[in-house]
Amino acid sequence: MQFPHLLSLLIWLPIAGSIVVLALRSRPEVARWVSLAFALATFLASLQLWTGYDRSGPLLQFVESQPWIAALNANYALGVDGISVALIVLTTLAHLLVVISSWGQIKDRVALYMASMLAMEGVLVGVFATTDALLFYVFFEAMLIPMFLIIGAWGGPRRIYATLKFFIYTFFGSIFMLIALIYLHLKTGEFSLAAFAAAPLDATEQAWLFFAFVAGFAIKVPMWPVHTWLPDAHVEAPTGGSVILAAIMLKVGGYGFIRFSLPIVPDASHEFAWVIIASSLIAIIYIGYVALVQEDMKKLVAYSSVAHMAFVTLGIFIALALVRTHGNPLGARLGVQGAMVQMISHGFVSGAMFACIGVMYDRLHTRMIKDYGGLSQPMPWFAMFFVLFSFANCGLPGTSGFVAEFMVILAAFQDSPLIALLAAFTLVIGAAYTLWLVKRIVFGPVTSERVAGMQDLNPREWIVLAVFAIGVLAIGFYPKPLTDLMEPAVQNLVQQLALSKF
Amino acid sequence: MPTFNPADLRVIAPELFLVCSTFAILLIDLFLKPTQRHVTHWLALLALVVAGALVWSGAPPMGEVAAAFDGMFLRDGMATLLKLFVLLTIALVFVYSRPYQRDRGLNIGEFYLLLLFAALGMMLLISAGNLVTVFLGLELMALSSFALVALNRDSPLSSEAAIKFFVLGALASGLLLYGMSMLYGATGTLDLAQIRAVSDFTAGSPHRTLLAFGLVFLIVGIAFEFGAAPFHMWLPDVYHGAPTSITLFISSASKLAAFGLAYRLLEGALGGLGADWTFMLALLATLSLAVGNVIAIAQSNLKRMLAYSTISHIGFALLGFVNGTQQGFAAALFYMICYALMSTVAFGIMMVLARVGFEAEEIDDFKGLNQRNPWYAGLMAIAMFSLAGVPPLWGFFAKLMVLKVAIDAGYLWLAIVAIIFAIVGLFYYLRVVKVMYFDAPADDTPLVAPADYPLRWVLSLNGLALLVMGMAWSPLMEWCTRAFAVAG
Repeated sequence: MQFPHLLSLLIWLPIAGSIVVLALRSRPEVARWVSLAFALATFLASLQLWTGYDRSGPLLQFVESQPWIAALNANYALGVDGISVALIVLTTLAHLLVVISSWGQIKDRVALYMASMLAMEGVLVGVFATTDALLFYVFFEAMLIPMFLIIGAWGGPRRIYATLKFFIYTFFGSIFMLIALIYLHLKTGEFSLAAFAAAPLDATEQAWLFFAFVAGFAIKVPMWPVHTWLPDAHVEAPTGGSVILAAIMLKVGGYGFIRFSLPIVPDASHEFAWVIIASSLIAIIYIGYVALVQEDMKKLVAYSSVAHMAFVTLGIFIALALVRTHGNPLGARLGVQGAMVQMISHGFVSGAMFACIGVMYDRLHTRMIKDYGGLSQPMPWFAMFFVLFSFANCGLPGTSGFVAEFMVILAAFQDSPLIALLAAFTLVIGAAYTLWLVKRIVFGPVTSERVAGMQDLNPREWIVLAVFAIGVLAIGFYPKPLTDLMEPAVQNLVQQLALSKF
Repeated sequence: MPTFNPADLRVIAPELFLVCSTFAILLIDLFLKPTQRHVTHWLALLALVVAGALVWSGAPPMGEVAAAFDGMFLRDGMATLLKLFVLLTIALVFVYSRPYQRDRGLNIGEFYLLLLFAALGMMLLISAGNLVTVFLGLELMALSSFALVALNRDSPLSSEAAIKFFVLGALASGLLLYGMSMLYGATGTLDLAQIRAVSDFTAGSPHRTLLAFGLVFLIVGIAFEFGAAPFHMWLPDVYHGAPTSITLFISSASKLAAFGLAYRLLEGALGGLGADWTFMLALLATLSLAVGNVIAIAQSNLKRMLAYSTISHIGFALLGFVNGTQQGFAAALFYMICYALMSTVAFGIMMVLARVGFEAEEIDDFKGLNQRNPWYAGLMAIAMFSLAGVPPLWGFFAKLMVLKVAIDAGYLWLAIVAIIFAIVGLFYYLRVVKVMYFDAPADDTPLVAPADYPLRWVLSLNGLALLVMGMAWSPLMEWCTRAFAVAG
């Protein structure tokens, strides 16, 4: 038996929670527990989505629709396919972990912090759950407000610069998307994604729309060369903000590509796929090298995020060439599927990496690699988790990173061995910067008194990292439940790609 | 030959009531001691409420026009809607500024009376069906505004602002009158509907040149009332120099009235020249967006910043006008209403935070407001995000509607200009939020708002409306659309 408005519940429960928490301003301890209760309730409810989604049923499930704005024919329309289900569950899980992990980290204005986190959870679920373009846009932009506050109020020394850059940069991209959506609305008279996907569009229109969408989503992913806001935002954000930014918010960009660019402007996507593919390959190789020279752990992981998210865009856009030029829908499915697995996998891996850095930062209040060394001796448990996540970050078999990157490279090979070769460089570069990081931080002699005095994980941190570790290993060893869940949606998308809109 | 028809009085009942009650309050106020000024306050509010009720109850059905005095005075759907919001914003001015005026010894009868006269002028202007009524309403409103700006007569800044406002206002009125004389010369009538009838069929005739010539002067007058660049020079100085309560009035009710002026003159009289004025307005919009957003960045005074932000918002509202259809005017009106209610929140909070001898008008005065009074910081943040046009707030949807009608009318370039400047504008709104939430307060004492309960509740409702309307603005938009419906 399912709750009839499960998706609405998942959106509004955390938002209601944020209002409740905001009212508990003067009692931080109560605010923490109430936030935990709301985050846990949302997560448990979202599990119903996972169990209740009928893998053999229709594509869109848990559908809700209410008239919202009559003048624009926009609806409060929700509905999820397998991809959305996976991302929503990832969102609720990540927020639960963030609420737990920020327990001792945030001491100032706890209620406002927790309220921002809960509000963001609801908004992010909304992004993944809606099937109406205007509602999507509203959620897409609304998530900036809580993140703006989180980075600006609890961030590091240059937080103001970072948060303003983050907000204005992402707003800049998405506002062009708004023009595209209005244009499509005037064309179709509706705001539903299905109507947009069915609208006939000529080549010029498609090209303009394509670049408007790219402006919105490429900045969010973020793709080279519009990634520069990310290292700043990550470095200055508090740990919880970094985790959500890396684990969920970046995924919105990739999700946007498959929900908007591919179905609405397939021909332009095909025509300009080389732009995205080239940019992805540059990100994989060049940004990988940039990560190598970082002295700040958070910056290093931020750049590695850019490199890893490039696999998402690569997998998505390689599919077009496979379907259209090679007539190889199976390969295309592999590419898209790989991209989607990479989104989930990167959510776990990067979230975990930032959580680990948060653990270290809490103890020593520095993010510089040179301040650490030989952590395996004072913190053996931590070292174990950190090494595991690092392996996942460089795509070692048995971890989730390997599955996703392997699928994308395999798909790329069917299009062009050269692209596959360049993409496969990540295995070398990724291993280089990650393992070197591990070597400098975890192994070797203990470098200073302060490091020697560091406490190992407390139970709260242990739980958070263990959950991340389970996710990484589960996808690494047995990705089938995840790919089965997303397969119908991927298949449908690839079918859509094959049809020209002319 | 015009004849007096008693039924006409029913049509202008709200205005009649307002003028009678204003004179009554004028008399009553004479006999009140300064300590009894609250009587004037409540009577003035009551007058506005009753006038509003009369506007509402006697409204003709949507799409129909009730005309009085041979078409001098029109009552249509637009007039009903706009008058209600003008009365609402003036009522908000009364409520928000009471403690502010009291602290400064400005809680005098003239404040209420001049505002009521201004309200009367606005209502006349909105309902004008004749160039004479347009000018009558406009001047009644403008003269009251000049006096209001100088209300704090001991302040050199106020007096300077009032003189600037007066001189430039007189010049703009002169230009407007000159334009009106052209219209009269070309058509031989002062009646807006008859001018419209002529202007609809002038293609190729010499009258057209004359009308277009007059149109240019009318646009100057309208742009002055709106504060659209390049006729915006008075706006920052007046915003800055006037007492905050009057700034609130000028940025909300006056802008709504300016919308009425623009609609009556451009669509009501010169609809036939739509192709000419839409392009002129598109240029004004571009300039306003550029000047407003770019110069606002450099301001450290919040009132001046909001003045430039007003200019940029006028640019956005003009996007609706360039469409020149029912949908376009509806979107522009929706935008103006939204803007008026956003600026009431911003200026309302500035007044709440002001103290005796301290005006909370520098951006730095808002430092750490979140620690000192989280509720008002939250409301101000809502207002700023809404002004910036960030969803899910109301301001975003207002922008969405005008962008939609502009693109629909083929002004895609203008829409792109508008969004680029919206990104520029985002910066200075975010700076206010940054100051409130991320900076440490200059002193840690909690800020206690004035204990005027209606003020607190109304201001909170006003602020939350920006949030709620983000989800439930559809009925208001429909109302705006129906307000411009044409009968038949």
